[in-house]
Amino acid sequence: MRYESPNQEGSKVTYQSRYGNFIGGEFVDPIDGKFFENISPVTGQPFCEIARSTAKDVERALDAAHKAKAAWGKTSAAARSTMLMKIADVMEENLEMLAISETWDNGKAVRETLAADLPLAIDHFRYFAGCLRAEEGSMAELDEHTVAYHLKEPLGVVGQIIPWNFPLLMAAWKLAPALAAGNAVVLKPAEQTPATIMLWADLIKDILPPGVLNIVQGFGVEAGKPLAQSPRVAKVAFTGETTTGRLIMQYASENLIPVTLELGGKSPNVFFADVMAEDDSFRQKALEGFAMFALNQGEVCTCPSRALVESSIYDEFMALAEARTRAIEPGHPLDTDTRIGAQASNDQLEKILSYIDIGKKEGAKLRCGGERVTLPGELEGGYYVAPTIFEGHNKMRVFQEEIFGPVVSVAKFEDYDDAISIANDTLYGLGAGVWTRNTHTAFRAGRAIEAGRVWTNCYHLYPAHAAFGGYKHSGIGRENHKMMLAHYQQTKNLLVSYDPEPMGFF
Amino acid sequence: MVADRREPAQVTATPAAVDLIAELVEEHGPLMFHQSGGCCDGSAPMCFVRGEMKLGSRDVHLGDVGGQPFYIGGDQYERWKHTTLILDVVPGRGAGFSIEAPRGVRFLIRSDVCAPA
Repeated sequence: MRYESPNQEGSKVTYQSRYGNFIGGEFVDPIDGKFFENISPVTGQPFCEIARSTAKDVERALDAAHKAKAAWGKTSAAARSTMLMKIADVMEENLEMLAISETWDNGKAVRETLAADLPLAIDHFRYFAGCLRAEEGSMAELDEHTVAYHLKEPLGVVGQIIPWNFPLLMAAWKLAPALAAGNAVVLKPAEQTPATIMLWADLIKDILPPGVLNIVQGFGVEAGKPLAQSPRVAKVAFTGETTTGRLIMQYASENLIPVTLELGGKSPNVFFADVMAEDDSFRQKALEGFAMFALNQGEVCTCPSRALVESSIYDEFMALAEARTRAIEPGHPLDTDTRIGAQASNDQLEKILSYIDIGKKEGAKLRCGGERVTLPGELEGGYYVAPTIFEGHNKMRVFQEEIFGPVVSVAKFEDYDDAISIANDTLYGLGAGVWTRNTHTAFRAGRAIEAGRVWTNCYHLYPAHAAFGGYKHSGIGRENHKMMLAHYQQTKNLLVSYDPEPMGFF
Repeated sequence: MVADRREPAQVTATPAAVDLIAELVEEHGPLMFHQSGGCCDGSAPMCFVRGEMKLGSRDVHLGDVGGQPFYIGGDQYERWKHTTLILDVVPGRGAGFSIEAPRGVRFLIRSDVCAPA
């Protein structure tokens, strides 16, 4: 089935011609009155205009957030939780519309937005609504008369900068815990994918008190940077890449505030020989695990973009893996049968092609794909790439940097120690995959790989209540788990004496 | 201190990139580049007003492009040093806090393998 393109008769999505910012519970134009064209990667054509905000708009949003923060922080857990549940309900009622919009704005296949992006985002609000109700402080009896109470307090106003690969889901990952913890938020979406969150804001605008959530659109340098530099935020959360991550930390150091960072990876996906021991459903599951590099066009921080395959099964495994990869063909992202859509932007497409070029120059063997795909009709100007397999060794650039495209680089390993050594020979440590029928190998490998998340006999699952975050250059902090509430809270200690007698010191 | 400039320079720029740098210098004054890594817009070069990003002792100065210094983190340099970088520019939508993005263009890195010494 093929969904009608937005703004066409019969589509579930109709965009306004332009979107401003969402500040203090209202949609307002940017103060300087400037907008930029928002392009759909499905067609390469613009479909709406978005606010090109500046530091002035960020200040306006911070004013609204500071006005809202005291009352929001004192709102009961039950009331805050109920609002998060209502947000989830409204999203569920509008799931198809939001999913189609997300596909149009980002380029990803609607099969994924319907089955993953939206259901996960909805569940995220429900998860933190639940965590919030179950959270409690602690009390310690230090001696007969002295008690230490530990109470959780919100940080106040926080800044969040969101990436473009799962626009609404990444917003949910950051917003749900921050709001649950009682903070007011100023959020800056990615300039590549700014549209769906404005449809979302329109749906939920009456649920949260004005100023609790504020969305400021614009370019990183003009709107994101003043937010990250502001002395009026108590914390900054960012998902992106390492140079900007360093800058966020630099600005935070000037203001002495904490940050959480998710900066990506180059995730190894390790296939031990016993996956081929039987010709059964588990073998099919492992081959599917290999092909997961194509999920979301490879635009995932945990893309399994380094496949490490034990040498004794290499030829047989790779023949099957290649056949499975060749079956993934780019198509219209709004067709529910399409399994890979468009890359998110022209510069992303160009970067992927530049990496395919250096892969070839370094002598990696191109096994399949390796080129831009031009599709007919309205898709002609869109940014499509054929799923690509390189074979080579771990020192090559295509093994060392996240291409953020549907490109997997495959290397052989000889034994367990070799596998772990190659898996850990990277600057990053966000995700990893381990595939084996042997439970001892699975546990040892999972513990030995230096990454925050090791999928074991599965890949690319992102359920709430499983902590997600990086080792090494992949970042600081965790998401997706109740522990994240602590990333958005202060600890207040009340140290209380119930002893009526003086200490007797002075 | 940042490591000394690499000789010969390990980064060059296409004429289109040099032209854009000149326009940006006219608008913003002296610039600097820093090669990013990781996800999203990672593996992309970032362009800032010079001094915007505090360099660390392990950043490496790969050379100058259009008269502006180009740096890369030390760990990343170790993994990229067998290649030379060519700064180019393409139509694009933005990335991080790089200053060219509002113009609708994006700096991009192309690469070559170093000739054996």
